[in-house]
Amino acid sequence: MPTEILYGVEVALNGLMAGVLYALVALGFVLIFKASGIFNYSQGVMALFAALTLVGIMEGQVPFAHLINAIFGTKIHHFGWEVPALLAIALTTIVMVVFAWLVQRFIFRHLVGQEPIILFMATIGLAYFLEGVGDLMWGSDIKTLDVGLPQGASFWIEENTAFLGGEDFYGFFIDKLDVVAAVVAAVLVAGLVIFSQYTKQGRAMRAVADDHQAALSVGISLSFIWVLVWSLAGFVALVAGIMWGAKSGVQFSLSLIALKALPVLMLGGFTSIPGAIVGGLIIGVGEKLFEFLIGPMVGGATENWFAYVLALIFLVFRPQGLFGEKIIERV
Amino acid sequence: MNDMSTEGYTTADGRKIGGVLMEMKNITLRFGGVVAIKDISFDIREGEIRAIIGPNGAGKSSMLNVISGFYVPQEGEVWFRGYRRGPMRPYQVARLGIARTFQNIALFEGMSVLDNIMTGRLNHMKSGMLAQALWWGKAEREESENREQVEKIIDFLEIQNIRKTPVGRLPYGLKKRVELARALAAEPKLLLLDEPMAGMNVEEKEDMSRFILDVNDEFGTTIALIEHDMGVVMDLSDRVVVMDYGKKIGDGTPDEVRRNQDVIDAYLGVAHD
Ligand SMILES: Nc1ncnc2c1ncn2[C@@H]1O[C@H](COP(=O)(O)OP(=O)(O)OP(=O)(O)O)[C@@H](O)[C@H]1O
Ligand SMILES: [Mg+2]
Repeated sequence: MPTEILYGVEVALNGLMAGVLYALVALGFVLIFKASGIFNYSQGVMALFAALTLVGIMEGQVPFAHLINAIFGTKIHHFGWEVPALLAIALTTIVMVVFAWLVQRFIFRHLVGQEPIILFMATIGLAYFLEGVGDLMWGSDIKTLDVGLPQGASFWIEENTAFLGGEDFYGFFIDKLDVVAAVVAAVLVAGLVIFSQYTKQGRAMRAVADDHQAALSVGISLSFIWVLVWSLAGFVALVAGIMWGAKSGVQFSLSLIALKALPVLMLGGFTSIPGAIVGGLIIGVGEKLFEFLIGPMVGGATENWFAYVLALIFLVFRPQGLFGEKIIERV
Repeated sequence: MNDMSTEGYTTADGRKIGGVLMEMKNITLRFGGVVAIKDISFDIREGEIRAIIGPNGAGKSSMLNVISGFYVPQEGEVWFRGYRRGPMRPYQVARLGIARTFQNIALFEGMSVLDNIMTGRLNHMKSGMLAQALWWGKAEREESENREQVEKIIDFLEIQNIRKTPVGRLPYGLKKRVELARALAAEPKLLLLDEPMAGMNVEEKEDMSRFILDVNDEFGTTIALIEHDMGVVMDLSDRVVVMDYGKKIGDGTPDEVRRNQDVIDAYLGVAHD
């Protein structure tokens, strides 16, 4: 095979992995949107917050240390212990569940029946609030996140794919972390599907997504389901945060990158879980390939806008997204 | 039909009606300036079919919504099975054993008929989430018990041939039937039906009437229903509450209310089929 094509494949493979992360963030959006009609702008910040909390817990950071020190004139920063990764992940999950409950109890419970735009504005407020809280709680410096996931180029893949090309091709260069991310994401999605199809709470979740009134009439508590979906979205955010954090450090730009989930949703449809996944992969692969093939001709940096232009094209020709139901105006 | 005050009564067709299951005391419900229900009291007895009738906008649906917890009245008391019910959310009322259908049908349009009916059994599912996900013994037994119950209802309502059909594709009459099936799946103590036959053709109405009578007869379910079709009401119900402009203007057997002058006046000039 010609080396150029192999390089193209390698680029696409790497894009696939970036796409997995987009897909994870988009998945969090879809979960909440389906169940409550809330477009949760803060999903990206939730990923950031979850990752910050995870690092903080693992390193034994004292939450709100700056605030405490400023008020009491103390100089505490660390508890002086370290928490193993798995335990820290479990604790962070609990934090995200508490967050879900707080959001439901203090924000959305008071906004039941409001216009979608109002709910959306509330989540924008929530995003900035959460970003501020994350900063105050854990500090704003860039942190390295190491939960012990394998990292670095996979020599196994390199060696076993080298035969595909000629003398000058050394095999695909793929980060082990990317492979792990893909596997974890697949397991997560499979888990969510099983949960929603085969459990009592999953059934209730689908019922709420379909019709609130009908759900109430069969004895489903809407607020319980909303806390549940926000918790699930929080957990998905945590997973995305771990992957992203391990790749490029936990920093506040994470919440911006997460906005790439928007074009992903326009592609996949706002209510489709398969759509979020396929959309994420398409954008991930698309932007890397586009940069590889067309980038050099237009001066590069196409990754900044490619996703949005693609989404725009989709909006014009297929507004319901790849998997969304066709929107037919009733007259 | 004499001693209705304490121990129940026996109907003309020989069914035994029990004591008071649900009692509404001096209910008043307002929406801003609109008084939808004005100081209404009545009771529903164990095993009976109780109809609520009245012209459009009389407040019938509002009354059903009060019973099912969708509306909270400003004044009055709601008693169920001998206890006064505090303010409750609809899902809590459902868990007490009160199931309902809606005037405008509220189904899960994206789910199959079977899945829709299955949601009616959510409150009968106890197994933890994990056990169900992993399909452990007890959870499996529970699932098959629930399945059995649902299949029984599907047979009962004669909808076997559409069990896998997405509800969104069904014609109106069948949707009404699926909604009834979902309510029945909960094995309710009290079943509330808001115009179960509205918009149906004669044949469908006859089917639905038969189902309602059979449900009452075979499962002993107490039923409160709203209906416009006077013929149907007279055939089905044991006792009737008549509402007009939010007030109760009649209460008694079909024969009694038919002779009631206030009721006759309320219906004069009001077009009904
Ligand atoms: N959610 C609501 N908000 C405001 N007003 C309401 C609401 N629900 C009912 N109403 C008002 O209460 C009154 C009674 O309405 P209701 O739906 O109970 O009547 P109904 O007897 O069921 O009529 P129909 O036969 O047309 O179904 C009407 O004036 C209606 O406009
Ligand atoms: Mg009505």
